Amino acid sequence: MEAMNRRPEPTVESPVVRTSQMSERSVTNVVFAGLGGQGVLKASDILSDAAFRCGLDVKKSELHGMSQRGGSVTSDVRFGDSVASPMVPIAEADYLVVLSVSEVDFARPLLKENGGVLLTADLINESRLANRRSLNVAMLGALSTFLDIPEEQWHRAIRANLPEKVHEANIEAFNIGREARSRQA
Amino acid sequence: MVSSERMLLSGNEAVAHAALDAGIALGAGYPGTPSTEILETFSEIGGRAQWSPNEKVALEVCIGVAYGRSRALATMKHVGLNVAADPLFTAAYSGVDGALVIVTADDPGMASSQNEQDNRHYARAAGLPMLEPSDSQEAYDFFFKAVEISERWKLPVLLRMTTRICHSLTVVHRRPDAEEAPAADYQRDIKGRVMIPAYARGAHVRLREKLSEIADWNEKSGLNQVVEGEKSLGIIADGVAYAHAREAAPDASFLKISMVHPLPIEAIRRFAESVQRCVVIEEGDPYLLERIRAEGVTVEGKPDMYRFGELNVARVRRILAGDTSPEPAPARGKPPQLCQGCPHRTAFEILRDLGCIGTGDIGCYTLGVLPPFEAMDTCVCMGASIGVGLGLRHVLPEEQARKVVSIIGDSTFVHSGITGLVEMIYNPPPTGHVILILDNGTTAMTGMQEHPGTGRKLDHQPTSQVVFEDLARSLGVPNVHVVDPMKQADELRKHLSEALESNELTVIVVRRPCVLAAGKIRQYAQAAEQ
Ligand SMILES: Cc1ncc(C[n+]2csc(CCOP(=O)(O)OP(=O)(O)O)c2C)c(N)n1
Ligand code: SF4
Repeated sequence: MEAMNRRPEPTVESPVVRTSQMSERSVTNVVFAGLGGQGVLKASDILSDAAFRCGLDVKKSELHGMSQRGGSVTSDVRFGDSVASPMVPIAEADYLVVLSVSEVDFARPLLKENGGVLLTADLINESRLANRRSLNVAMLGALSTFLDIPEEQWHRAIRANLPEKVHEANIEAFNIGREARSRQA
Repeated sequence: MVSSERMLLSGNEAVAHAALDAGIALGAGYPGTPSTEILETFSEIGGRAQWSPNEKVALEVCIGVAYGRSRALATMKHVGLNVAADPLFTAAYSGVDGALVIVTADDPGMASSQNEQDNRHYARAAGLPMLEPSDSQEAYDFFFKAVEISERWKLPVLLRMTTRICHSLTVVHRRPDAEEAPAADYQRDIKGRVMIPAYARGAHVRLREKLSEIADWNEKSGLNQVVEGEKSLGIIADGVAYAHAREAAPDASFLKISMVHPLPIEAIRRFAESVQRCVVIEEGDPYLLERIRAEGVTVEGKPDMYRFGELNVARVRRILAGDTSPEPAPARGKPPQLCQGCPHRTAFEILRDLGCIGTGDIGCYTLGVLPPFEAMDTCVCMGASIGVGLGLRHVLPEEQARKVVSIIGDSTFVHSGITGLVEMIYNPPPTGHVILILDNGTTAMTGMQEHPGTGRKLDHQPTSQVVFEDLARSLGVPNVHVVDPMKQADELRKHLSEALESNELTVIVVRRPCVLAAGKIRQYAQAAEQ
């Protein structure tokens, strides 16, 4: 894949008025993967919203359509000072959050080879969750321990994206995910 | 100054908010990924939106609204514009009095479509202005531009979105105040609106005059932005390809094309001359490339292999590097399947067991092509199941002809199966024919939308219902059956076997709600009773 990294040579003498101040380093890339019905898209909605509430530029992208019918689903979330493409380039995910163990092999190529963090569902003891459907939010709890997003914003985003009757269960799931990660770390 | 609201919206939601803020009086469309959420959101936030039986009708309703000096929005996926192409081309001649914005949502890469046609060609073919946003903010802003252009030049305007623009969430600053839309009013203009040849000749000339004015305007409109970077590389890009290219070559100079028809050729020429190497980065067909080259401007395009599928940052890097080595095969995950308990399953088991030649159609039930069923033999476009089945019946040797069954979903039947049914009774094949209408009470494939067969409108409120069995009987189909595939699988098998043996025409309505929609359907029915 050498060619992929080759960039056109800049010439020395051309005067440059650069309005593009896109520092790629300031962008955090997260990819969620799982199967249709597991809440992959909901998890990415909540992360996007939490980052958005921090005043960051956010882009989130996924393919809808057949996702309800049990097929593989991935969703990309990118945030930082300024994000260009809405899609996380292959092998550039800083974090890969996988909700179904069966999807790990499929999704792994998306993760950065050096320093990328893989979070899989076996991190969570599902028997501790009041409702197994909040596994997605528990995984966000685990992810949150790596990110510079205040807990308060996570809570707001969870509340804004889920129906009221499941708010408490999901805040609890979020905390279970946070604990699971800090115990492991 | 009132500060504008900051929101995180998909391109579709951004269009819906713009439609509300721009005073759209009516939005009409037919569901289709990736366009569906535009009208759903428009309705949720207080706009007046309705599903039509198909895209052609939706566009015609919108033309009527815009003839009445109001503002209209028509939405559809790319292939929907094929269905609506007939009114589109002539509405370009007649023009409109109010505003008409037509959203075409293309699907490069075919995330959920049967082809990846590039609808930028339609703008040129029909002679209509087309704007193309590269994120949700532009989707919002360009919608207002589209309304402005439509009213100023009295023409329908196309807003072209693609899957990644429709479905990606990006930040949008919403305008603080909504626009006041003009009051509806009918002004008679027979020569302008009645496209008999004598009047259409003049209308065509007027259309070309308007387009040349718009082309001049577009040179200075400020829509097509230049980003100054290094002069060694200049990139001309549109839509989401622009976002990928900005990331792939952050130091390059850019000309972002926001109006893809008519093109700002002089701005393009100046830009190309200002850089040492000028590359056109566009998804899909070489639309920009060919137009720009035809004007004698020297630009590079992409190797043909990048015409297929979506672009992304890695592919843009490869294009810029001239890399034509084979690409790594994209990882393919688990394919979608019919849900457990899906009512479509029974019909496909029976079709498989009876060894039928299934001419199919588009919807969840297209998944009947996959194992363990493999009970679908053809799938072309919405509604084609019936015509294709009849054609096969007309020519195949009797033994094969008797096995042909047309399989069509309820929403698809209303969309474009009814004319096929009329064809069946008008030109019946010698061996007769059978149509299975798989009626799961919703448009499941695109996310459970209502249609005229459900008896509920877009917002799930009750309205008149098209009853398929009554319709078939009224047209004179001799054998019409209604069966529940869960409770009456044996009856379904019996009716189908008998129909295949007879030389008669048969319609079997296989009726049971989609398992994912059943709960909601019950709620709507209960609410209607109260
Ligand atoms: C012209 C056109 N418009 C829209 C679509 C998108 N689309 C595909 S199938 C479908 C309808 C499916 O509904 P139905 O026939 O009821 O089958 P179900 O999915 O419920 O099984 C739609 C809207 C399309 N493919 N072509
Ligand atoms: S969504 Fe409904 S129609 Fe589609 S596969 Fe599932 S049960 Fe069947």
